[in-house]
Amino acid sequence: MDKFTTLTAVAAPMPMANIDTDKVIPARFLKTIKRSGLGVHLFDTLRYDNEGKERPEFVLNQEPYRHAEIIIAHENFGCGSSREHAPWALLDFGIRCIIAPDFADIFFNNSFKNGILPIRLPRAICDALIDDAKLGGNARITIDLERQVVVRPSGEEIHFDIDPFRKHLLLNGLDDIGQTLQHTPKIDSFEATRRQQQSWLPSTAA
Amino acid sequence: MSDVKPRTLFDKIWDSHVVEKLPDGTCILYIDRHLLHEVTSPQAFEGLRLAGRKVRRPDCTIAVADHNIPTVGSRVPGDIKEADSRIQVQTLEKNVVEFGVPYIPILDVRQGIVHIIGPELGLSLPGTTIVCGDSHTSTHGAMGALAFGIGTSEVEHVMATQTLLQRPAKNMKVQVDGTLGFGCSAKDIVLAIIGKLGTAGGTGHVIEYTGEAIRALDMAGRMTVSNMSIEAGARAGLVAPDETTIEYVKGRDFAPKGAAWEQAVAHWRTLPSDAGAHYDTTLVMHAGDIAPMVTWGTNPGAVVPITGVVPDPAAEPDEGKRAQMERMLEYMALTPGQKLADVPVDVVFIGSCTNGRIEDIRAAAAVAKGRKVASGVQALVVPGSGLVKQQAEREGLDRILLEAGFEWREPCCSMCLGMNPDKLTRGQRCASTSNRNFEGRQGPGGRTHLVSPAMAAAAAVTGRLSDVRQLGRD
Repeated sequence: MDKFTTLTAVAAPMPMANIDTDKVIPARFLKTIKRSGLGVHLFDTLRYDNEGKERPEFVLNQEPYRHAEIIIAHENFGCGSSREHAPWALLDFGIRCIIAPDFADIFFNNSFKNGILPIRLPRAICDALIDDAKLGGNARITIDLERQVVVRPSGEEIHFDIDPFRKHLLLNGLDDIGQTLQHTPKIDSFEATRRQQQSWLPSTAA
Repeated sequence: MSDVKPRTLFDKIWDSHVVEKLPDGTCILYIDRHLLHEVTSPQAFEGLRLAGRKVRRPDCTIAVADHNIPTVGSRVPGDIKEADSRIQVQTLEKNVVEFGVPYIPILDVRQGIVHIIGPELGLSLPGTTIVCGDSHTSTHGAMGALAFGIGTSEVEHVMATQTLLQRPAKNMKVQVDGTLGFGCSAKDIVLAIIGKLGTAGGTGHVIEYTGEAIRALDMAGRMTVSNMSIEAGARAGLVAPDETTIEYVKGRDFAPKGAAWEQAVAHWRTLPSDAGAHYDTTLVMHAGDIAPMVTWGTNPGAVVPITGVVPDPAAEPDEGKRAQMERMLEYMALTPGQKLADVPVDVVFIGSCTNGRIEDIRAAAAVAKGRKVASGVQALVVPGSGLVKQQAEREGLDRILLEAGFEWREPCCSMCLGMNPDKLTRGQRCASTSNRNFEGRQGPGGRTHLVSPAMAAAAAVTGRLSDVRQLGRD
């Protein structure tokens, strides 16, 4: 996983609530056995018409937002399916950060595990950042994860909260399986205790 | 007696599965049951392979293919016509052999939708933790298990460590008092709940469903309610185990037997929430107020009683919400004030992990009996598993449905999500017993109205969204 330290990039304004994971990547594109290559289908139905041609009114079909690395949206981003294809598609397109008032839980978790930083900020601040983003290519937004600030094009800094453990993993690009495996002796002893206390639990290999 | 704080069902399951609490409050949570399917597992197996890791507890893991399987024609994996679907299923079959994971083959009668077969086979048991790379894992919470959907990275994490890194959720109680009226079902309860909570009302919470109307539900009904917890934003739903639960589990394939059964039941009886346990949020509803429900928009919270009308965006003060409603109406081709009961349908889909159980098929057949599917309507009934199909055929439900003009299919996720040949075409309108009415969910440009199995069957025989109560009690 790539580290996430600082990012200065074009932000795409998407002032919509309930951007569900079927919108991010429709189910018909889930038939892959790889993580890469989904970016071309990101937001497929919003991005392309019935003939597969780009819809010019959709923000990611416009300059400079074709090169956006940040999305700013409204409430409940990523609701619906648990498909990790949603963050994979975002990442494959080049998105590294999403700012919204709140996120659906599973999507929120999935993002961190792919090096995408989801930032929760109040609706009024998201709306201000959406206005910034609408200014276009020179209005870059900076994310400084170490200092936990979003820097507006005006230079104003906005603090955001993040779980310290997740911050540590992102800053260092760490895989959390490796982290958990350091606790293997604890898992071993937990299992040994359970084998006695919950001996009623059958095996799935009947 | 240092700690006598009353605990909820969720607290009890959580506490008994914490392997270690890390300094920042993140917990390493032990997982008892890991269910795998073909869509969200290939990249996880690939991750293990690249890191040289094994599946730590194959004996706590089980795999089945469900999303990509056709419901007509040959079900031999090699015969699946769509190449990408075939590859995904064959990849699962290769991976389970390589990693030694128990697998239920497609031609096995026990094959079916992962969330149907977990409880049906006795794999999903009270007091356990259950995860699957699928958001409708919340279904298994009806057993009194802590069950939730995870992403593929977490699938890999569970395979490698049999644990997950989690923070405890907040407790929400949804209490449904009273008795459901004639023609109403568990689906109507949960749609009414989502209508109240909204699509994000449960975010960060685990919902425990309580109250007389929930207790009165059979296990199938409880599963329907728990299944759609995620549509209110809650990762998990729970129903405390009781005699109905214990009676349901007894004797199932993978359920404990003999002395182990007695031990298990003794443990399960300790699980219900203590009197005075703390809930962060409580919602109280009255079953008597619930009518058969139908969604009008493109998220499950956009729902009204079948006696209602399409709401008017002009009455919505919030600009963002108004714009969203307008987009929904445009996509759904509905107009404000239009009566839902007048809306004609092209397709009816009865099935899915929400409503693909034998009880659901019985409810549909009861409405279909002696009636005919309206001309021009395609009506599919897709049992949730091979065992559901077998039972329905034993009861003659297939013949009732076929005589009425319904199609009787092989088990799979089918038209719930447009990943197999069963899809809506652009502009088609469907009364569906599934769980999501998102844009394009049942196929690009398809329009979904979520309803109960009885309401779906009523739509099939009348050719429009209809109040099943008006078809009478026979």
